[in-house]
Amino acid sequence: MIRLVALRLLFGVLTLWAASAMIFGGTELLPGDLATAVLQNSATPENLAEMRSKLGLDRPPLVRYGEWLGRAAHGDLGVSLSNDRDVVEEISPRLWNTFLLALFAALIAVPLSICMGVLAAIYQGGIFDRAVNVITLLTISVPEYLIGYILVKYLSVQYDLFPSLANVSADTGFGDRLWLTFLPMVTLVLVVVAHMMRMTRASVLSIMASPYIEMAILKGVSKPRIVVLHALPNALAPIISVVALNLAYLITGVVVVEAVFVYPGLGQLMVDAVSKHDLPVVQGCGLIFAGAFILLNMIADVLAIMSNPRLRRPR
Amino acid sequence: MDEIAYWARLHNAGRIGRRELLGRSAAAGASLALLGNLVASADAYAAETPRKGGVLRMGLGGGSTTDSLDPTTWNDSVPINAGNAFLGALIEVGPDMKPIPELAESWEAKPGAVEWIFNLRKGVTFHNGKTFNADDAIYSINLHRGKTKSGAAGSFKAIADVKKINDYQIAITLNSADADFPMVLTDYHNRVVPDGTTDFSKAIGTNAFVLESHEAGVRIKGKKFANFWRTDRGYLDGFDITVINDSSARMNALITGQVDVANRVDPKIAGLIKAKKGLSLVQSNGTWHSVISLLQDKGAMFESLDLRLAMKYGIDRTQIVKTLFGGYGAVGNDTPIAKIDPYYNPHIAQAVYDPEKAKFHLKKSGFSGEVTIQASDAAFNGAVDMATLMQSTLSKAGLKVTVKKEPADGFWSNVWLKGNCVTSYWGGRSTATQMLDVGYGPTAPWNESHFKDPKFGKLLDEARAELNEGKRREILYEAQAIMSAQVATLVPAFRDYIDAHHDNVGGHTPHALFDLDNTLLTQKAWLKA
Repeated sequence: MIRLVALRLLFGVLTLWAASAMIFGGTELLPGDLATAVLQNSATPENLAEMRSKLGLDRPPLVRYGEWLGRAAHGDLGVSLSNDRDVVEEISPRLWNTFLLALFAALIAVPLSICMGVLAAIYQGGIFDRAVNVITLLTISVPEYLIGYILVKYLSVQYDLFPSLANVSADTGFGDRLWLTFLPMVTLVLVVVAHMMRMTRASVLSIMASPYIEMAILKGVSKPRIVVLHALPNALAPIISVVALNLAYLITGVVVVEAVFVYPGLGQLMVDAVSKHDLPVVQGCGLIFAGAFILLNMIADVLAIMSNPRLRRPR
Repeated sequence: MDEIAYWARLHNAGRIGRRELLGRSAAAGASLALLGNLVASADAYAAETPRKGGVLRMGLGGGSTTDSLDPTTWNDSVPINAGNAFLGALIEVGPDMKPIPELAESWEAKPGAVEWIFNLRKGVTFHNGKTFNADDAIYSINLHRGKTKSGAAGSFKAIADVKKINDYQIAITLNSADADFPMVLTDYHNRVVPDGTTDFSKAIGTNAFVLESHEAGVRIKGKKFANFWRTDRGYLDGFDITVINDSSARMNALITGQVDVANRVDPKIAGLIKAKKGLSLVQSNGTWHSVISLLQDKGAMFESLDLRLAMKYGIDRTQIVKTLFGGYGAVGNDTPIAKIDPYYNPHIAQAVYDPEKAKFHLKKSGFSGEVTIQASDAAFNGAVDMATLMQSTLSKAGLKVTVKKEPADGFWSNVWLKGNCVTSYWGGRSTATQMLDVGYGPTAPWNESHFKDPKFGKLLDEARAELNEGKRREILYEAQAIMSAQVATLVPAFRDYIDAHHDNVGGHTPHALFDLDNTLLTQKAWLKA
């Protein structure tokens, strides 16, 4: 088990390195650079050259990547090229915001979708099953910004129940934070619930067709008991990996929701940094996103193995 | 008489001061009795007295996480608005586009307008307690000269030398005469910081607010500076800028009352905002204009004047203003000088859409190829739509046009200044000479169309050296007439700046140069009880 985790970690680090190389290559391929992106149409050859030499952009790409990699290995992500701020300092409050919002949404969405999935499996073909299926399909098919705007239109502009701006800051209290992030949280929940709920339902139902369930039915065990005690534990592996995938999405994929609710998360930071070619910041965000994916997937794998006795003790 | 009514309207809209109204009207020949009436009605308008206190919450578009408080890097609404809350200017631009003394109390040009003396204000302190003097002014100006990454580097090339005469007097020598030079110093990058400042993150300046917190691209807060030198400004206890780049989110925040003021109202919904109770629009006829460059070097596509004229008459300007800016704008006449500018030439016939005339010039030019408009929303939001609109009207005149959508990334470095026919924009410059020089002068680095006319260049030099306003106007009128006749470039439309605020905000007046009263709203606004 420990060997497995260690091996996974090693691969994780290698993947991170590959990701950083790809991010660097990708940013280099973009036309223009930080100097032209910042100066736009006030650029003259002189102030462009001055800015480039100040930022070290006039050196070959490989040298810059090597330097960055060397420092990053020591935990120093460098300073933002555009405003001279320490990248770690710039990223941390936003990472914290992103993390809290993801956590808030996950705490609601994961139990909700698993419960709904199980209930839908129990009452398969019934009104409840069909209703949640249709509704969740609807919410996943509508683009998240539209869900966001619809929520704002009714819950904020029309009835004034929740604020449309989620402009939290470091000194926002816990209660205020929940209040301010309510609408973005609901938006995210609506987006991720369908996938997890349908996967729960499908994997529980696929187990329901196996002989030992039929045996339980013949023994006269009640349906809720069969589903929760016999089917669900055996259906956990696929559910866990889908949950991990959605948690990773909650951390990495919420740029649009951030923009709609003006939430100061990591996504917006990365988009800004990419458009200005601010490489150290792009790399920092990229590493965190890649890290979140790798870590969550690793946890999912480990949990899936642990939930399955056959995998736990491989012959 | 019309002119008097015009100045009275400006005064009533809060765009010019009372003294200026009296001066202007008297100059236009108004009788004393008439003036009395005018001022009475104007005073009723201005009866509102500013109230002290409160925090102004602003929801602004035009910010990015890459913003900094270093004035050499300012390039959009949020850094400029926030920066002006903290840092003072030497000279400001008045609502009538004339220079107004700020930290420079007065100035005069030596004959010839090459050498200038600026007298600095005494008794002004910085947020850190330092007293403002000539060293600070010189250091601040020099931030934009020589080896610099400043966006003002281009226009400050005109400065040959800055010298200290005494603690409150500096002398500036120019490379060539410029009667409008004080306006060059109004460049929004040129703000005053204490001598020797290298760390700009604390925003030590002389203006009404002290930096409280700055999260780039998210939020900027300031609180009242106790030793602010002006008593007729800085009524607020503080301000709180939230960066809201998404247009719908910004309008939602305004409507739900989470912010008091918002900039960049989408013209498509301006009517709705206006109709809503408790909200008002502040609209200013701006100097910002869209441009289509026509590369006219020898051998280039638009070397032929007839082909340029075909373009000129083949675009429907009215339609562009209507479609792009929802009518919140004005048609352009292929010069970069807006109607609000004191040197705007009103005698040039307005170019209108005339497919027959365009067809005639196209035939005369003998051009049979295809024009490719390189458009990108990096230039401005809607540039691609504008190009498509041009495509359809030009095709009715028989000109084949394709629209090539260019990626926003690298637009300014790879496409702009290089293509035959490229969408672009200019934010207004504070003076006509500056605008004409920086965009179309013989040595301008940003001459998009490579417009070169020997007479135009000569007129520009003459205008700059001419201290007599009447004579300068005549010269600049002629320069504009040449530009329009030669189709130096296409300027289809000027765009208005539209802000919106709740009715509890006072002191929010329009300005032609930029949004939020030329980004000085934090200094001038107050909150009603």
